[in-house]
Amino acid sequence: MTTTETELKALMLASQGGDAASHRMLLDRLSRHLRAYYKGKLASFGKGATEAEDLVQEAVLAIHVHRHSYDPAEPLTPWVYAIARYKLIDFLRRSKTSRADVPLDEVNDIIAHDDHFAAENSYDVRRLIAKLPKKMQCAIGAVKLDGLSVAEAAQRCRLSEPAVKVSIHRGLKALADLIAKEVKA
Amino acid sequence: MNTDELVAALSRHVEPVDRGVIRRTIGLALAAAIVVSLGLMGLWLGVRADFMTAHAAAFLVAKIAFAIAIVGIASIYLFRLARPGGESRTVSLWVMAPFAAAILLAIASLGVAPHSHWNKMILDDEWLECLLSIPIIAIVPFAVLVWAVRKAAPTDLVRTGAFTGLVAGGVSAAAYALHCTGDSVPFVAVWYGGTIVLCTVAGALSGPRLLRW
Repeated sequence: MTTTETELKALMLASQGGDAASHRMLLDRLSRHLRAYYKGKLASFGKGATEAEDLVQEAVLAIHVHRHSYDPAEPLTPWVYAIARYKLIDFLRRSKTSRADVPLDEVNDIIAHDDHFAAENSYDVRRLIAKLPKKMQCAIGAVKLDGLSVAEAAQRCRLSEPAVKVSIHRGLKALADLIAKEVKA
Repeated sequence: MNTDELVAALSRHVEPVDRGVIRRTIGLALAAAIVVSLGLMGLWLGVRADFMTAHAAAFLVAKIAFAIAIVGIASIYLFRLARPGGESRTVSLWVMAPFAAAILLAIASLGVAPHSHWNKMILDDEWLECLLSIPIIAIVPFAVLVWAVRKAAPTDLVRTGAFTGLVAGGVSAAAYALHCTGDSVPFVAVWYGGTIVLCTVAGALSGPRLLRW
């Protein structure tokens, strides 16, 4: 087992427990691994850093939304790799670049490299959030963008606290779908 | 919004996640699938008339054991396949065991029977009803299971779809067994086995569309 795996897994367990700092560090580190992975993969399809960055954001969002699906009894790397590859295949199919024939790599390749040279990506998440239904928009805006607590967001959006949490969760899922529609280049 | 900003936004007020939710959701869907299948069988077809006789009970137990073995093994795999990356550590060959056992028993029982009986043993009177009933009863269980499995974000949609279909077909076959009076082993191997495989293929074909997230 690599040290990267051990460290990332520890961050994921803390993140699943609700630790925001660990969650941030986890997404930050994973985004660098994902960037290296997608740049490498997309090069062979004639796509550049912008598309890679699009995919990094898609994968980061997917990892965030689906973090409950990670089973702590298993290593983290294959879980991350599976999501990364799934999003890549989905992207290639949407953009009709190829028959989406992505060969299986060694699972550990996903954490073998990192790349912190973030490029601009092609869509703006803020603009897409503005397309969400009002409740979701307000809840995400208050908590995720403005940094309010759930209680404060509940007041601002005139929702109950559980409704704020549900709106954020559903809103981020809906956001992922909007991004998928947006990225067809 | 660049990636750093996205990461920062997602990391504000992180809620603890419920790690058991996937297991519970799929487990609940499986229970619902069983109840729905039994209900459909009971209302639509009815339990076989000689249900309480010893003769019927023996065959009934054997048929249900066959279906439950399939459901049991297939659902263990389904629980794994449903999560991202589950496919990488799942070698699903064990699921063949109940089918192989049924086929071997069928061949053995045909071997000891005179040729003139073969037709009756394989087709019985109910083959068409069996062929239609198991897939039809499986539809709602399949839909319920798809709904649950989607929540787990599977990444191998063909295989996860296949196992969803397999579990649905197995549950449906177990329920149908309570009605069906086709009791010969070759009949069960061909028509139960065959229709369950049919459900599996349907699941594999529809998986990429139905399970996408």
